[in-house]
Amino acid sequence: MLERFVSLAVAGSGGAGVVTTGNLLLDAAARVGWYAYMTRSAGPQIRGGEAAAMIRLGSAPADAHDDHYDLLVAADWESAGRFAAELPLGATSIVLGDPRAGERPPFLVDAPARMLDLPMTALADEIPGGRANMVALGAIAELIGLPDEPLLAAIRHAIGAKGEAAVEASVASLRAGRSAVPDIPDFPRLEPRPAAPGMRWNISGNEATGLGALRGGVRFVAAYPITPATEVLEWMAHGLPRVGGALVQAEDELASINQIVGASYGGVPSLTATSGPGLALMTESLGLAVAAEVPVVVVNVMRGGPSTGIPTKSEQADLNIACYGLHGDAPHLVLAPHSVADCLMTTQWAVHLAESLQTAAIVLTDQATGQARAVIERPAELAFIGQRVVPESVAGYERYALTVNGVSPMAIPGMAGGEYTADGLEHSPSGTPSSQAADHQAQLDKRLRKIAGYNYGEHWAEIDGDADPDVALLTWGSCTGPCREAMARLRAQGWRVRLVAPRLIAPALPGPMAEALAGAPRLLVVEQSHGAQFLRYLRAHYDLPGEVRSLHQPGPLPVRPGTIVARVTNWS
Amino acid sequence: MEHLQAMRGLAPKDFKSDTKPVWCPGCGHFSVLAAITKALAELSLPREQVAVVSGIGCSSRIPAYTSVYGFHGVHGRALPTATGLKLARPDMTVLVTGGDGDGFSIGGNHFLHACRRNVDMTYIVMDNQVYGMTKGQASPTTDAEWDGSKLTPDGPCIEPFPPLKIALAAGANFIARGSSSDPNDLARLIVDGVRHPGFSVIQVLSPCVTFRPEQKEWKKKVRTACVDYTDDPARAARRLMTDDGFNFGKVLFKGTRPAFVPECSDVPCAIPELESGFAV
Repeated sequence: MLERFVSLAVAGSGGAGVVTTGNLLLDAAARVGWYAYMTRSAGPQIRGGEAAAMIRLGSAPADAHDDHYDLLVAADWESAGRFAAELPLGATSIVLGDPRAGERPPFLVDAPARMLDLPMTALADEIPGGRANMVALGAIAELIGLPDEPLLAAIRHAIGAKGEAAVEASVASLRAGRSAVPDIPDFPRLEPRPAAPGMRWNISGNEATGLGALRGGVRFVAAYPITPATEVLEWMAHGLPRVGGALVQAEDELASINQIVGASYGGVPSLTATSGPGLALMTESLGLAVAAEVPVVVVNVMRGGPSTGIPTKSEQADLNIACYGLHGDAPHLVLAPHSVADCLMTTQWAVHLAESLQTAAIVLTDQATGQARAVIERPAELAFIGQRVVPESVAGYERYALTVNGVSPMAIPGMAGGEYTADGLEHSPSGTPSSQAADHQAQLDKRLRKIAGYNYGEHWAEIDGDADPDVALLTWGSCTGPCREAMARLRAQGWRVRLVAPRLIAPALPGPMAEALAGAPRLLVVEQSHGAQFLRYLRAHYDLPGEVRSLHQPGPLPVRPGTIVARVTNWS
Repeated sequence: MEHLQAMRGLAPKDFKSDTKPVWCPGCGHFSVLAAITKALAELSLPREQVAVVSGIGCSSRIPAYTSVYGFHGVHGRALPTATGLKLARPDMTVLVTGGDGDGFSIGGNHFLHACRRNVDMTYIVMDNQVYGMTKGQASPTTDAEWDGSKLTPDGPCIEPFPPLKIALAAGANFIARGSSSDPNDLARLIVDGVRHPGFSVIQVLSPCVTFRPEQKEWKKKVRTACVDYTDDPARAARRLMTDDGFNFGKVLFKGTRPAFVPECSDVPCAIPELESGFAV
């Protein structure tokens, strides 16, 4: 069956209910068996600034936006204009604007799209308690083929607690929007599909990250708010106490990282979440976790950098600091989920690995994934639960014993006879501080050995596509979705394509990577960073086969599938 | 019960490790270490139920010199490390040791918030008004005129940080000052601090005989405080305003704030219960 998708965007000022509209659409889409992917973009204002919800609905899962939007609904032109670069329109695109909004802005005057009127505010004014965003929602539903029933269920679910009057006003607004929308015969519509209740999840990347952490066994979180990571912490603040864990708001990121080091030393799997500036503050103590061999997980939801950068928008430019930011020789883990759904699996795996290997794990997601919301298949249960090796006997116990695999049994406070001092100072196997060359060598060797020698299995990368490819796309994180879509389009044109997206960034795994890329005469490395950080990381750690080309661009604009296709078909 | 009996048998020396301290002969910290081990024996705590947490500096070396669980972390972060440990493991008795630079300069923000947060642990700050490990620079408690460092040849030129006034203002629940010249008395203060719920701060005058040799005179200057503790912050504040820094040996303030305990369900639910919120 041919999969169908429709892309739409809603833009307006803060308070116009743009994100609410998107959330209702997603909920309703899930109820008719569709999949959905929604990112949001916002201006810098705390309240009342402009906001845009970019949504893709489809009969199959989508982890990327299309090259252009089929529909843009603008509550007002000024707000929409601020997202001009983020809302590409094509010749078949429809723009619905409120006639009360006045003159169209320059970017729409020049756009190839069709402009149509939708009197959102006027219609809403005629309904007691009516809302313009619900009028817009009705118009969208009519255009894309979304029936009333799931929308009403979604509305009831969202605002039922506000009382019947509020629900009725919304429903009336919705119907007004349905009746007012012009007929557009060639507009892409989706067909409702059967969906069993509970088989679709509506979840954001940041929520999936929090859930993955809980599933992995995390029971202590120290939190310092930072955009766009705060929702990970807020979700866990609600969820963690309910499963018997605790979350504490710390005074700064230095405190959060050291609190989780302390809690984990106490035997409780621990995590914090932050973004670039916070990660920079935490790097000293990530080194402590490596040296003292205390498992911790730090989720870094990347945003535009350096410095304060663009806090509300996405970029993949913290790869270098995650891999190389620690002082000294400090082998540790860096992981990256490649979709909203994969935030769950990768974070859970990161907890499992950190606990098993007694080291620091950094999980790199980004604003585009973390703050994206998706309707996905109900995720499978995974068997990754953090399991720390503890001493079987305390006779002659040495905390940093030189073991074959480099992992030394870790006594947990409360264990009689296991008393030791965990130390960021270099130490002998017993933990006693040592500045001797032999101890330094032996401890460096063991800390590297446990990470380099571990069998990471098949989860190290997402590998898809053809066995004997014309071209391989090598990417990571939120660029995986656009690459997957580019691969589908190229294959439809007759290309043989392979997609490789490592979930495990560090340590590098040269063997499995060579196998994954085998036979590819051309390799395109795709990433969202100005400095081609991923390409440089790959060059440092892997022998890349064939002709290697780089497609790298900074945030906040996503890498579009069409850009990737064009780079492959115009190889030079 | 047999276990308890065995525990009671632990002597101060049983809380010492075999590791030889890096400190200079005559350093006040030897006495503080002795006071800590004496206090632990007095408290009859099993070794495995005690953790000593520290940052970086001469006095922060103490965890390795004890036989209990220890954590020697990074500079300035002993309090957050200890906070995480205590919140994750409320059954542990947590002591934090460190110096004036570690606690009041690089770790100053954590000191404020540890006082505010009032987690049940005891902070023993060995104050010698100098960075010893880096060979003698001015610390936050150094006098403005002290010109003994090449880094600040004219003196730090800023007024010293008043640890106990700050502790009181920030909400510490137990405030005391001890002196390394009287380890028995210091041991009593530590026992009292550990037993008092919430965050206990004990400033210890502990001379650095190498970089501040004039501090050898402290033992002549210190005097036992003449009044007992108050639970009234206003009275404690007035006393601190007229304090010359050499009154020791008595608890100054004991507050009545309950210790901070994070919210946590007694009857944990299963994770699928949380997941149901995502299902449509």
